[in-house]
Amino acid sequence: MSRPILLKGGRVIDPSQNLDDTLDLLVAEGHISGPWRGLEVPDSAAVIDCSGLVVAPGLVDLHVHLREPGDEHKETIASGARAATAGGFTSICAMPNTRPPIDDPAAVGFVRAEGERAGYAHVYPVGAVSVGLKGEEMTEIGELVSTGAVAVTDDGRPVYDTGLLRRTMEYIQSFDIPYFSHSEELGLSGNGVMNEGSVSTSLGLRGIPNAAEDVAVARDCITAELTGGQLHILHVSTRGSVEIIRAAKARGVRVTAEVTPHHLTLTDEAVRGYRTEAKMNPPLRSAADVQAVRDALVEGVIDCIATDHAPHHYEDKECEFDDAPFGIVGLETALGICIRELVASGRMGLPDLIDRMSCVPAKIARLPAGTLAEGSPADIVVFDPEVRWTCEPEKFFSLSRNTPFAGQELVGRVAMTLVGGRLVYDPDERLPRGGKESEDV
Amino acid sequence: MSTTISFGKDLTGLEHLSAEQIKTFLDTAEPFKEISERPIKKVPVLRGKTIVNLFYEPSTRTRVSFEFAEKRLSADTVNISASGSSVVKGENLVDTARNLEAMRIDMVVMRHRSSGAAQFLADRIPSNVINGGDGQHEHPTQALLDMLTIRDHKGQIEGLKVCIVGDIVHSRVARSNIYGLTKLGAEVAVCGPPTLVPKGIEELGVQVFKRVEEAIEWADVLNVLRLQLERMKAGYIPSLREYNRFFGISAARLEKAPRDILVLHPGPMNRGVEIDSHVADGPHSVILQQVTNGVAVRMAVLYLLAGGQPERAEAAKGGRS
Repeated sequence: MSRPILLKGGRVIDPSQNLDDTLDLLVAEGHISGPWRGLEVPDSAAVIDCSGLVVAPGLVDLHVHLREPGDEHKETIASGARAATAGGFTSICAMPNTRPPIDDPAAVGFVRAEGERAGYAHVYPVGAVSVGLKGEEMTEIGELVSTGAVAVTDDGRPVYDTGLLRRTMEYIQSFDIPYFSHSEELGLSGNGVMNEGSVSTSLGLRGIPNAAEDVAVARDCITAELTGGQLHILHVSTRGSVEIIRAAKARGVRVTAEVTPHHLTLTDEAVRGYRTEAKMNPPLRSAADVQAVRDALVEGVIDCIATDHAPHHYEDKECEFDDAPFGIVGLETALGICIRELVASGRMGLPDLIDRMSCVPAKIARLPAGTLAEGSPADIVVFDPEVRWTCEPEKFFSLSRNTPFAGQELVGRVAMTLVGGRLVYDPDERLPRGGKESEDV
Repeated sequence: MSTTISFGKDLTGLEHLSAEQIKTFLDTAEPFKEISERPIKKVPVLRGKTIVNLFYEPSTRTRVSFEFAEKRLSADTVNISASGSSVVKGENLVDTARNLEAMRIDMVVMRHRSSGAAQFLADRIPSNVINGGDGQHEHPTQALLDMLTIRDHKGQIEGLKVCIVGDIVHSRVARSNIYGLTKLGAEVAVCGPPTLVPKGIEELGVQVFKRVEEAIEWADVLNVLRLQLERMKAGYIPSLREYNRFFGISAARLEKAPRDILVLHPGPMNRGVEIDSHVADGPHSVILQQVTNGVAVRMAVLYLLAGGQPERAEAAKGGRS
């Protein structure tokens, strides 16, 4: 077993215990001892000075596309799980829209096993709702759960048949998992490629109106209400969705929602110049929508932040806007964007941000994560909350580089990431080599 | 007047041009009109220049008009259409462009189905790129020839009321006309069934009429757009017959116009759908003159992007530069 690690003198923030204090944290046997003051440290421990740094439960991303199997040139389970740790994430949920899709127990087992083999962030498979993601026949959801799926979704597309949606949201209750909804009314989104509005009109690009999301979110909330099933709305992008979710929560509907860093930050103006790295679904919306989803996050109507990490190869995006695929990478920029946009700007405290990027998503998918409580798995992120750095996609661990944040200054950067007590990301080599010299850090 | 006006490398649209640049294109077209009226229609303005006409979509008028403009200015031209080229073999736009570039060309005129394709190409090759229509975005030379034709008949653009009628949402001609006309001080409106008018169009500085009678009541100039058959199949309108009845420009409707109205159409026309033959062939129509002006406008665009000075256009025709 690897030797114990003492994270010394950091600002330990653990919203799950209402903790925000300068403390030492000992990691031994893959689990957390402490955090305590005046901790008795074994001689064998490697001591890492964390003064000036935040020590927090590892971040949890409910929404990641890993592209394996099928598009390993864009991302593999291993490369994505490694990129996750570079972004401070220790648990990620892998969406099932791979080729072939994750719609049977063998595929779920494959994703889980590859994740374990890679040894970076924990990879939790999300199973498909429908066989082949075709929206027709329900998958063997019970089997998927028993082999490791933590939720079901047809993400990339909605479950269009409301009858199937109803049965799914009823059936999942036997297995105590959420349904992750890609809420989109296809009749309204049509073959749109960006937000519908004055920018799409001036660029001559086909628009996707806010209503395409609003209508679907309303349907999904009403179906959750009908069935009592747990609904989690993926990538909320519109002010209309926010109001519908708010109203559903007020009625006691079991609904949670996530927002991506890019929908919190960018508007459809980012598309000008036909920038394919600003093409995603749902699309970047208006300034009023950005304001609304930010406010909703602060207020708690939107529960958590997820990246919708969607890697695409350079040549896939180096083309006409109509032909480019939807999606951007997000794992390695999420924390820096969120601290810049939410914390540095004073909208949200650091503990609240950690709650929304770790504790809350862990609860939504019932993952063993999101806490530094004694005895928990030692999934930990250590970051500098104030350092300013420039987003340089060529330095990503992800195999893909498609981000509209290239060249932007971000605030807050991951210094170290531990998964199961192992230091899996340590770019500055803070972990002292050997055992005995560890005292003179 | 010797203030040099710069045009940049490309003409991808009118949106980002100044009124002065647009006027210069129109003014420079004037001396070029005469070339096409000569028995020997050739001047040495672009002698030695190599121009590729890269047409990813079918086109007769625009392609031929550019080709005549190029040839009458003595450029060497090559036409490439998507069918019968490496495009059907799966080559992407960047690679096609780079291969052309490797043959040392000077200019590319491109028509493409995707909005933004001209900008995409312009950003990636050092040759001049002229947008011959990109998706639903812009068709700048069409708008320039429309404006030149309007100016020929009305004397000026400023203060005129111009209404673009028809399928606005899918029209690159509409967008370029809106940008160009508003910059030159015209009042611009659009009219069509609301299924074919894009959201947010008012923010481009135009007003919207939902009934064609209101547009005719208001306008000095109508620019009537082609209604593509596919729009009916896609459910934007119930039938062509109904479109003609409620949105078609007929002689009976024009008779009720309070002023002498000018009718333009970028072609190709669907007679009996968006425009009736009595109008197309009637006294209000300047449709064929648009086509004639198209050659002169494209000569002006080629000349100016190749670095020609507006005030030297007349001299350049004689081979002096």
